[in-house]
Amino acid sequence: MKPTLKRSNAPIFWALFGAGGMLSALFGPMLVFITGLAIPLGLLLPADALSYPKMLAFTQNFIGKGFVFAVIALFLWHAAHRIFHSLHDIGIHAGTGAKLACYGSAMVGTVIAAYALLSIGF
Amino acid sequence: MPHMSDIQKVIEIEVLRYNPETDKAPSSQVFEVPFTDDMSVLQGVQYIKDYLDGSLSFRWSCRMAICGSCGMMINGVPHLSCETFLRDYYPARVRVEALNHFPIERDLVINMEGFINKLESIQPYIIPKEPRTLAQGEYLQTPEQLNLYEQFSSCINCMLCYAACPQFGLNPDFIGPAATALLHRYNVDSRDGGKEERMDLVRSEEGVFHCTAVGYCSEVCPKHVDPANAVNQNKTNAAVDYFLRFVSPKGGAK
Repeated sequence: MKPTLKRSNAPIFWALFGAGGMLSALFGPMLVFITGLAIPLGLLLPADALSYPKMLAFTQNFIGKGFVFAVIALFLWHAAHRIFHSLHDIGIHAGTGAKLACYGSAMVGTVIAAYALLSIGF
Repeated sequence: MPHMSDIQKVIEIEVLRYNPETDKAPSSQVFEVPFTDDMSVLQGVQYIKDYLDGSLSFRWSCRMAICGSCGMMINGVPHLSCETFLRDYYPARVRVEALNHFPIERDLVINMEGFINKLESIQPYIIPKEPRTLAQGEYLQTPEQLNLYEQFSSCINCMLCYAACPQFGLNPDFIGPAATALLHRYNVDSRDGGKEERMDLVRSEEGVFHCTAVGYCSEVCPKHVDPANAVNQNKTNAAVDYFLRFVSPKGGAK
């Protein structure tokens, strides 16, 4: 053991991972069903439920904007963390480069999502 | 020597051999061992040492899953060899190796120095909140207070969980399952006041966040301890402290 212990910064990534995991467990299957099955196949939901004017109105609403941002950003942080920790299983021994690539792409996705949602306006 | 019945069954035991003074790398050697249905894998390797090759080295003591000395990889799975039976592998060959993820001292004997250092680092004893005199009598605990730590106190330091943990395999600095389970055992004991000192280790870069919640440590534990649970409870504890330490400073934050 090292005599002086350095506090780990992992809680930041772990909290984002945990939040994303919780959110994807709660909303992921439903979103797959709505966007991948119900709308394209015309099941249960009105055909224009995801039409441009409706989705624009949804993302211009404060709560809708927050929901879309959380779903995109937290899903990405969850995926980045999981992929990073799974890399050694496919023979990549994760170092700083892999860390930057994984968490960096989540960060880029988060920034793009924030920018796009803000540029739509309220 | 096992009692010889009329039909003597013989099992092949493939043993990992390594003598760092003469061998460049570990190799394996196959022995044919006569056995009876009540013989453990430990008794199998004892037969080899007594009758076939006296140079075979391994640790053992109690033969009854109490001491935690005889952990080995048996067909690739960490087991106490004293409670694993040859009959469950027969007629196939059984492969016996030193515990994964540890340096080999010789044959099936691993170097446990790293683990001992970790064990010391968690201060595995009750650190009283305040000095207590004999006149004050014994500590009293409710069943609820006992339940919080009791299962974690069953650890026998056999290190099977370390042999099971892929993250310890990747980084031997990781404090690991058993040490964290024991750390947690003292932290949640109502008699103990040493939590803050131990939490520095939990929160550190050697601490609980190496764990990726595989859970194999708890699966292989011969004493039904759930180290994965201790590790993951402490991820939450460490994360809460990480974000709230500025709100409620209590010193010691690094």
